[in-house]
Amino acid sequence: MATREIAGKTVQVNEEGFLTNPSDWTKEIAAELAKEEGIEVLTEGHWKVIDFARQYAGTGGASPTLRTITSGSGVNTKDLFSLFPKGPAKKVAKIAGLGKPEGCV
Amino acid sequence: MTDKPRKIAFICSKGTLDMAYPALIMGWAALGNGIEVTLFFTFWGMDLINKHRIDHLELAPVANTSMKMSLMGVKTGNLGIPNLMGVLPGMTAFATKLMRDKMNELDVPPVREFMQMLADAGAKMYACKMSVDMMDLKKEDFVDGVEAIVTAAEFIEMTEDSQIIFI
Repeated sequence: MATREIAGKTVQVNEEGFLTNPSDWTKEIAAELAKEEGIEVLTEGHWKVIDFARQYAGTGGASPTLRTITSGSGVNTKDLFSLFPKGPAKKVAKIAGLGKPEGCV
Repeated sequence: MTDKPRKIAFICSKGTLDMAYPALIMGWAALGNGIEVTLFFTFWGMDLINKHRIDHLELAPVANTSMKMSLMGVKTGNLGIPNLMGVLPGMTAFATKLMRDKMNELDVPPVREFMQMLADAGAKMYACKMSVDMMDLKKEDFVDGVEAIVTAAEFIEMTEDSQIIFI
């Protein structure tokens, strides 16, 4: 476990750079983490997914699976993979300040 | 982590309902983690891309030693489904329904929808030339997402730097 400063806030992260405490998350942190993942600007589509993931995770802290995102957020598979290219499962979780999804599908 | 993207290729050679899912689930997980995925369908695996067969994949209890009575809701521990019972008319349909219901409960999509998800997520799908010839199939028989009919040699070439999983 390590601490780092993101968008002016000191937070705890795990060895893969995921926030360990979902309540540390802010929209500014999301924007900063997105840049690190190669997403320059978070658009409305991105926020639809991030907001859904945050809401779904609730206090549990685990990000929803991709299937849960596509069936619940209104963003389909194609769009999800183009919004968060090369690995949406991990990228959504990381940017939303959540843990990796706990399901397989 | 190296700069070179990881790639995985699945050879799908089985057409039963239970053997359709491993490549779909692992392929989906790989795509979700940013890994390039190729699926090559051959022999009985052709049923997974054949639009006339994809909704009719089945699971037979005969000679399946892992299928226990408990799967049918009869709490009998390790007691298997007797082969003699498995040959009764309707047993395959029954076992198939049980599995479909279980998958549905877990929110695992049916094979057709799953294949579409993989295609939408960028998986590349190919049909085996020899199986196509042997089964008298045409490109029109396949679900969307199957890009081409390729020979074994072409598949080997296109997966030069992939990890290959045979199912």
